[in-house]
Amino acid sequence: MSRITQIIGQAIAYSLFAVVVGYFATRPAYTHLAPDKAVIKLSFSHAGAHIEECRRLTQEELNRMPPNMRQPTDCPRARVPLMIEVELDGQLIYRDELPASGLASDGASTAYKVFPVNAGQHHLTVRLRDSRRTDGFDHEKSADITLTPQQNFVIDFRPELGGFLFS
Amino acid sequence: MTGPRKIARAAFESVDKLFDRAFTPALNPLYHLGTLGWFFYWIVIVSGIYLYIFFDTGISQAYESLEYITNVQWYAGGVMRSLHRYASDALIIVIMLHLLREFVMDRYRGARWFSWFTGVPLIWLVFACGISGYWMVWDVLAQYIAIASTEWLDSLGIFGQSIARNFLNSETLSGRFFTLMVFIHIAVPLFTLLAMWIHIQRQRDAKVNPPVGLAVGTLGMLLALSFIEPAVSQPPANLDMVPAIINFDWFYLAPYPFLDRLPGLTMWALAGAGTLLLLALPWLPPLRRKAAAVVDLGNCNGCGRCVDDCPFDAVSLQPRTDGTEFSEEAIVSNDLCTSCGICVGACPTSTPFRRTAELVPGIDLPDQGMRALREKTLAIAEKLTGTARIIVYGCEHGPGLEKLETGQIGVIKLPCIAQLPPAFIDFVISRRHAEGVFLTGCSEGNCHYRLGQHWEDQRLAGERDPYLRKRVPTDRVGKYWAGITGSKHLQQELAAFHDRLKVQPPLQQRKPGRPADAATADRAESHE
Ligand code: HEM
Ligand code: SF4
Ligand code: SF4
Repeated sequence: MSRITQIIGQAIAYSLFAVVVGYFATRPAYTHLAPDKAVIKLSFSHAGAHIEECRRLTQEELNRMPPNMRQPTDCPRARVPLMIEVELDGQLIYRDELPASGLASDGASTAYKVFPVNAGQHHLTVRLRDSRRTDGFDHEKSADITLTPQQNFVIDFRPELGGFLFS
Repeated sequence: MTGPRKIARAAFESVDKLFDRAFTPALNPLYHLGTLGWFFYWIVIVSGIYLYIFFDTGISQAYESLEYITNVQWYAGGVMRSLHRYASDALIIVIMLHLLREFVMDRYRGARWFSWFTGVPLIWLVFACGISGYWMVWDVLAQYIAIASTEWLDSLGIFGQSIARNFLNSETLSGRFFTLMVFIHIAVPLFTLLAMWIHIQRQRDAKVNPPVGLAVGTLGMLLALSFIEPAVSQPPANLDMVPAIINFDWFYLAPYPFLDRLPGLTMWALAGAGTLLLLALPWLPPLRRKAAAVVDLGNCNGCGRCVDDCPFDAVSLQPRTDGTEFSEEAIVSNDLCTSCGICVGACPTSTPFRRTAELVPGIDLPDQGMRALREKTLAIAEKLTGTARIIVYGCEHGPGLEKLETGQIGVIKLPCIAQLPPAFIDFVISRRHAEGVFLTGCSEGNCHYRLGQHWEDQRLAGERDPYLRKRVPTDRVGKYWAGITGSKHLQQELAAFHDRLKVQPPLQQRKPGRPADAATADRAESHE
C-alpha cells in the first residue's frame, strides 16, 4: 500500500473513532421522564410504636436479676411496622406495610417511592399508621395540588413539624 | 479451537488485516488495545489534575467553576475538560475490545487466567471513575445519576439510612455528601491504577505505552474532537425539578435506563451474575494444559536466555543446587508455564547438531521435545524429493498446514514458532536435509504467546541470542506470518519461495557416504 493510501486509511480510522466517541458521549438523548409529566416522591424515615408497652417488674422478678441490671421496667424494643397509603384523585395508588429496620426490628421504617403522574391539578391524600392499632390511621393529610411539568413534589413525614409535609 | 471461536477469530483477523494495511502491523491499534488503555488513562489523569486546580467543590460553586473552565478558559481548561471526557470514553471502547479480543484469541485460560481474572474488577473500577466524574458537574445529568445511583445502592437494604434521601429536594442536599463524591472521584482512579499494575504482573516485558505513532495519532484525534465538539455541561441541577430529557454518555451510562425499568435487586443480581460469569470464564471450560517445561540440570549452565525469552515470567534463575561450577540454574514455575516452548528455542543446548541420543536441552517440553523434533525433521526430510526441497515449520495457532504438504515440501508443527532454535534451520540447510526452510504462524504482531514471533524474527535477523548463523544463506530461509485467515496468501508466498529456490545454484554436493548425524563431524561443524 502506498504511503498516501496509508495516510488516508489512518485518517478514516481516526475520524471514525472520533465520531463514535463524540457522538455517543452525549447522544442520543435519554428520556428519563416524559416532559409533560411530574413526579410525586414519597420519602421518610420514621420509627413506629413499640409492639409491647413497658411493664413494671415485680419485686420477685427484680430479685432474680443481677443487681447491676435491675431496672424497674422492662421495655421490649421491637416496633410495629408502619402502614402507609397514598390516594391520588380518589384512587389508591400505593398501600404498603413498612417493617421496622434492624435485626431486632427496633429501628425506623423507611419509605421511598416515586410516582410519575401527569402535570396539572390533583387531589392528594396520604395516611400513616404508626401505633399498635390494627385499623384506621394515626396521621393523615390531604391537599389539592397543582403540579407543573417536571416538578418534583415531595411527601415527607416529620412528626416534630406536625406530621406530613408537602413541598 | 472450537467452531464459533474460530469464526470470531477469523472475523477479528480480517479486521486486523484491514488495519495492518493502513497502520502497518507495528502500529495496528488492535494489537495495542491494552497499552492504549494505559495511554488514555494517563490522559485522563493529567487533564483531571488540571481541572482540579480550577474546580470548586461546593455544591453551587462546582457548576460555576466548570462553566468558567469551559467558557472563559476554553483554550486550556475547556480543552482539558474535553480531553478528560473523551479519553475516558475512548478508554471504555478499548477495554471492551481488549476483553473481547483476549477472549476470542483464547489468551485467558490455563496459566494465563491471572490477567483475565484481574481484568474483571477493572471494569467496575473504570465505571466507578466515570460515573463519579459525571457526578462532579452537578448539572441535570449529575442529578439524574446521583438519584438513580443512590436509589440502586439503597435497594440493597444494607445502609441504615436511605442515601437517596440526600437528594430529595434542595433543602435536604448537604455539601458533605458532595465532598465525599469528590473524594471518591480521586480515590477510585488511584485504586484503578493499582489494579492496572496488578493486572500486568504476570506478563514479562508487559508494554504499558503504545508505540509513539499511535500515541501521537490518538492524542491528536482526541484533541481535534475536543476543539470540534467541546465537552459542556447541561443545565444546572435543580432538585425541585425532575430531569426529563438528558444528554447521555452511553459509554458509561448504558446500564442506567435498565435501572429505571428493573427493580434494583434484579439489577444487582444481573450485575453480580455477569461479574461472576466473567471471573469464572477461564475455567469454563478449563484449558487442557500440556506438561510444563522441564529443566535438565546436566545441560543447563544458567545462562538465563530462557528467562529473558519466556513471555510469562515462568522461568527464573536460582542458586545452583547440584554442586557444579555454575552459579545459577533455571527453574520453571509450573503454574505460570503455558508450554509454549519459547524457552526451548532460546536455550543454547537445543541444537540438532548433537546426536539424537544426546539431544537433551537444558530446558524442554516433555510432550513436544527437541529430540522428537530432530527425529521428525530427519524423517520428513528423508521422504522429500526433488532439487528444491522445503521444510515448513509452523505454529499450532496459525494457519492450517496440512494442505501445504507435497512431495517436495514437508511440514512440522510446533506450539510456537519460537520453539524452533535457529540451529535447526542451520542444520537442515547445511546438512542438505532440504534446500530451504520456511517459517509461518500467527499473523504479524498477533503472536498467540505474545512475544514468540518477535523473538524468532530477531533471532533470524541476528539481533537476539541465539542467532541464526551467518553461514546460512538468507535466500534459503523464507517466512510468512499468515494467521488463520491467511492460508491462501501463505500458499502463494510459499510457492514463490519454492520457485526462487528452484533457480538457485545447487547447494554443494552432499559429502558422499557421510552419515547424517556422525557425532565427530557434528562437533567439528558446530564449532566452525
Ligand atoms: C483499565 C483496563 C485495562 C487495561 C489498561 C489493560 C491493559 C493490559 C495490558 C497492558 C496488558 C498486557 C499486554 C501485553 O503486554 O501483552 C493486558 C493483558 C491482558 N488483559 Fe488487560 N487491561 C484492562 C482490562 C482488561 C479486562 C477488563 C480484561 C478481561 C476481563 C483483560 C484481560 C486481559 C488478558 C487476558 C491479558 C493477557 C493475555 C495474555 O496472557 O497474553 N484486561 N491488559
Ligand atoms: S514453555 Fe517456556 S517460555 Fe513458554 S511459558 Fe513455559 S517456561 Fe515460559
Ligand atoms: S537457556 Fe538453557 S542453559 Fe540457559 S539457563 Fe535456560 S535452560 Fe539453562
